[in-house]
Amino acid sequence: MPKNTMQKITFILNNENIFADVKPNSTLLDFIRKKERLTGTKEVCKEGDCGACSVLIGELENGIVRYKNVTSCIYPIANAEGKHVVTIEGLNQNSLNKIQEFYVGENAAQCGFCTPGFIVSTAEYFLNNNERNVEKVYDSISGNICRCTGYGSIKRAAEKLVADVPEAPEDYGERLKFLIEKKIIPEYFLSIKDKLQNILQTKKIDADGAKGKTIVAGGTDLFVQRADEMLNEEGYFVKNFAKKFISEENGSVILSGATTFEDFFNSEIIKTAIPNIHKAFKLIASQAVRNSATLAGNIVNASPIGDMTIILLALNAKLILKGKREREIALKDFYLDYKKVDKANDEIIEKIIFEKPGRGFRFNFEKVSKRTHLDIASVNTAFAAFADDGIIRSATLSAGGIAPIPKVLEEATEFLSGKEINNALLNEVVEIANSVISPISDVRGSADYKRLLLGQLIKAHFIELFSDRLNVGEAI
Amino acid sequence: MKNADVINHVKGTSLFIDDFPAPEGVLHIAVFDSKIACGKITKLNYDKVLSVPGVAAVITAKDIPGENQIGNIVSDETILADGEVEYIGEPIAIVAADTVENAKAAANLIEIEFDELPAVTDPREAYEKGNLIAPPQTFSDGDVEKGFAESDVVIDGRVDIGGQEHLYLETQGAMAVPSEDGKIKIYSSTQSPTAVQRAAAKVLGVPMHKIETDVLRLGGGFGGKEDQATPWAVMTALVSRLTGKPAKLILSRQDDLRMTGKRHPYSADYKIGLSRDGEILAYEATYYQNAGACADLSTAILERTLFHATNSYFIPNVKTTGISCKTNLPPNTAFRGFGGPQGMFVMETAIYKAAEKLGVPAYEIQKKNLLKENDSLYYGQKAERVQAERCWNEAAEEFNLQEKFAAVKEFNEKNNLRKKGVALMPICFGISFTSSFLNQASALVHVYTDGSVGVSTAAVEMGQGVNEKIRSVVSQTFSISQEKVKMETTNTTRVANTSPTAASSGADLNGNAALLACNNILNRLKKFAAESLKEDDPAKVEIKNEKIFYDGKETGMNWESFINDAYFNRINLASHAFYATPEVYFDRTINKGRPFAYHVYGTAIITAEVDILRGVCEIESVDVVHDFGKSINRQVDLGQVEGAVVQGIGWLTMEELVQNDEGKLLSNSLSTYKIPDIFSAPKEMNVKFLEDSENPFGPLNSKAIGEPPFMYGIGAYFAIMNAMKEYNPNADKEIRAPLTHERVLMSLKNLK
Repeated sequence: MPKNTMQKITFILNNENIFADVKPNSTLLDFIRKKERLTGTKEVCKEGDCGACSVLIGELENGIVRYKNVTSCIYPIANAEGKHVVTIEGLNQNSLNKIQEFYVGENAAQCGFCTPGFIVSTAEYFLNNNERNVEKVYDSISGNICRCTGYGSIKRAAEKLVADVPEAPEDYGERLKFLIEKKIIPEYFLSIKDKLQNILQTKKIDADGAKGKTIVAGGTDLFVQRADEMLNEEGYFVKNFAKKFISEENGSVILSGATTFEDFFNSEIIKTAIPNIHKAFKLIASQAVRNSATLAGNIVNASPIGDMTIILLALNAKLILKGKREREIALKDFYLDYKKVDKANDEIIEKIIFEKPGRGFRFNFEKVSKRTHLDIASVNTAFAAFADDGIIRSATLSAGGIAPIPKVLEEATEFLSGKEINNALLNEVVEIANSVISPISDVRGSADYKRLLLGQLIKAHFIELFSDRLNVGEAI
Repeated sequence: MKNADVINHVKGTSLFIDDFPAPEGVLHIAVFDSKIACGKITKLNYDKVLSVPGVAAVITAKDIPGENQIGNIVSDETILADGEVEYIGEPIAIVAADTVENAKAAANLIEIEFDELPAVTDPREAYEKGNLIAPPQTFSDGDVEKGFAESDVVIDGRVDIGGQEHLYLETQGAMAVPSEDGKIKIYSSTQSPTAVQRAAAKVLGVPMHKIETDVLRLGGGFGGKEDQATPWAVMTALVSRLTGKPAKLILSRQDDLRMTGKRHPYSADYKIGLSRDGEILAYEATYYQNAGACADLSTAILERTLFHATNSYFIPNVKTTGISCKTNLPPNTAFRGFGGPQGMFVMETAIYKAAEKLGVPAYEIQKKNLLKENDSLYYGQKAERVQAERCWNEAAEEFNLQEKFAAVKEFNEKNNLRKKGVALMPICFGISFTSSFLNQASALVHVYTDGSVGVSTAAVEMGQGVNEKIRSVVSQTFSISQEKVKMETTNTTRVANTSPTAASSGADLNGNAALLACNNILNRLKKFAAESLKEDDPAKVEIKNEKIFYDGKETGMNWESFINDAYFNRINLASHAFYATPEVYFDRTINKGRPFAYHVYGTAIITAEVDILRGVCEIESVDVVHDFGKSINRQVDLGQVEGAVVQGIGWLTMEELVQNDEGKLLSNSLSTYKIPDIFSAPKEMNVKFLEDSENPFGPLNSKAIGEPPFMYGIGAYFAIMNAMKEYNPNADKEIRAPLTHERVLMSLKNLK
């Protein structure tokens, strides 16, 4: 029998306090549109792939309300607990706000269905960037799809906006005041901090066991795959109590399972530990999805092409699982078969740990999909290697889209150890990789293509990292 | 002038069907559709559904009070399957309940069994089996056999072109509200309010005057809501009629993708003959159009393929044959370009391949054969006010074509891992519905006593800016501020017998009708002004910037007080006007005529870059000189060009419809069907407005804009091909669109 438990929820929607009984696994979008009848937020794809439902989520962290854009169509309402949700209506002012003004000036809307999402995501840019850089605006709207304009007028509006609005104070609190003065956000934003504090003090978060419940983190895959079934299920919303952290201890990097993709890529610890990681960033999801999606969610979802999983596999990560007792397992051993993982249903991934690589460490991530950005890979692969004097001392090569599970290509990995980097080695490792994979034909490409592509991407790893040791013209 | 629609869009206050407050007691509809592509229904049982709480009605074919028929050109389309199904996604039953969730859950309880038959999804296979929508149609001019005999080079080949999902962001939807005496008002997201009205009347078995269709705006249409908005609107009317309650249906994205038709995939054979120096002497092509299970608009679309078979070129001997093939897919339908893009793509392929054979760049053949003034198009129309060479030459000059070629050459010499290619794409697109009777429109203009103006036309606003253009026409005609002019919803009770807003003709037809209506009122106002000034010549009255002049002198009267005076003097301040495009006709007994009022011209230069290692491509730049006539609104027109170009590039490079052999759509969501995002749009896009292009057929000398620039996207395909050739000269044996990353890499490596 489906459990139809209603749950009390408290949050702030624009400038209103919300106290409501909700199905915790219903979506924030449905609440906004159907319950509150705020219809500026649109439903288009129901899978986080277009950004028409974008809203801002403000969360109190260390005395500051920090805002992120998320796609409300796959955002479980339970995750809004104690937060500030801002829709397009919550950004409207008496007259057009600054962003709207430039959109109107450039006629940067045609049918208008995607437009509120673009405005919301652009507001996120201003909230989180004190410097002016149009590329950063594009990152903020990277998850927003427009079918009409071809983006020309949207780009012109963005360019003119960043030219018009001066740099903002670095201090977040000061920046809010600045953005109010510049007519980018309305004045009530200043009162939100106190309101949220009051909510958080009165509300005790339920952190009972996961047993019998669906464990929900960011929900960015769960709500794509099975939103309708989820509706009547009880949820265990780890994000409501799990701590988010990225730390370094005894030469290891420790990430909480609740770490979002965006936190991962923005972390100084990660940027220092993994050279080149910023290159992967743009190839993975969109900013709105990265803001919700968690590492643990990506791992446990067990998609054969999970991008973050492929990265963590190459880093030889291990997991700390917490259930009745705590245990440790290597990430590569976590995958048993297609969508089958070594995890009891009341266990959650508490931590992900990898050794902080030292000198001579090189890293590269490759991914090709039908569309380069905001798409699911045809094939993805990561390569982590220690090399000096043209010799690979040790390496790990992982790949997705080529087997029922995300994989470390162990034979290739072992083979590489101690070998001199040259074109012959490259061809051999491609051949070995080819012999151990079993891609299937599907909507993301034929088996033959995926086979060819993995080989090309392995070559790309070497060309990116060791081009000076290769005859590149011959290698391709 | 700020676009009034855009102001509401940015605030999120523009309303779409799903945003309207629903009336009390509204029923929500779930559509139960076929899970197989071909077969007979042997059992259909919904006893369990009726006991589900909240369910108000289950409707199948036998419950239809009128005719179970919504076919537009051909009566071959049921609204609910009757005994047999012909595609996955074909509606069989509809369930109405108090909530969307209950309706969906109840629909899942319907029991159905089929006698399954083999599905045909390939148009050539359908042709071989004799499964045709209509008899093949042939256009010809000159003598192709003679032309080929006189040619120095003759080549032939095959082209396969994929379809394209419209992906209007607002899914199909409608809401019906019953009124007294059996009247029903349907709020629909349709490009064709009259088609909805007519089909609903037919299915309900009532006269058309019992049905009122009202359209506020569409969240994108692109042709996908010309004919295919109809079934969903009719379903709401049907539920409303049978239950007496308001009813609403908004398709989920997955339902929309599964159930509705797309741009037609084509397979084609071509043969081209040229002189040694690149003059095209003969061209022959046969198009196998994948029509899907019903006619929809396929025959008209196929006809436009034939009209545009020779694109922007003069060819003395041409023969083309179009075959509309019936397959077990959702009925494919109108999509920006309406068959033109497929016709032009085949032509450009023929030139590309001929250029290889002759050992010259394709652009030399393109340029040599461009249309000239008074050239005869092969369907009998003389090309007038031709801008083909002007656009080409200005593009080459403005965008430094030779320097571009040199820069690309240098880049390719220096780089192993990445290669660039350039292609040019001239276009010539005919404006008018080729079904000549559709070239009519009406407008109803009301001037209110305070001087504000309300305008109703047959045009539907779907983002293309038609409302803004008509506002502009009205405000310029009256010489009043644009704020005084409001565009009303498109409503079949106010403006009847509307042609669909399609064929890029919305602003032309309805702008001209609005212009006529404004002039009617203006003439009465001038007569009244002359009388009240006790002058005798109304022709000397002029309204300028809301002030009334006589014989060039200010009279002291302003628009607002003047209108109020006119009202008290019983001057008629409303006018209905009718416009029909002059001079258009087409004789289908000989397939000759003058089907188009005029043509739109332009040339694009496209530069692509291919990552040889990964097979990933990017469009670096698109530089366009386009013939807008005298643009009514440059921002709107620029947006139409940019949007069309990106949609065209998407069609040929990224947007891949994948079906399995059973006719099931696998690219059935936005995570599997990819349209261009901000990063895959061309890095640079420059659009230059061709100056001094006159067009007496367009309101205020303007030209239609919606569809023509879509076809610039074809250049992207050949730019990528040219880049690939720089790495592997034999990389391009097969012409098959879309040229996805997968196909690029496989072709580079000569793998299938």
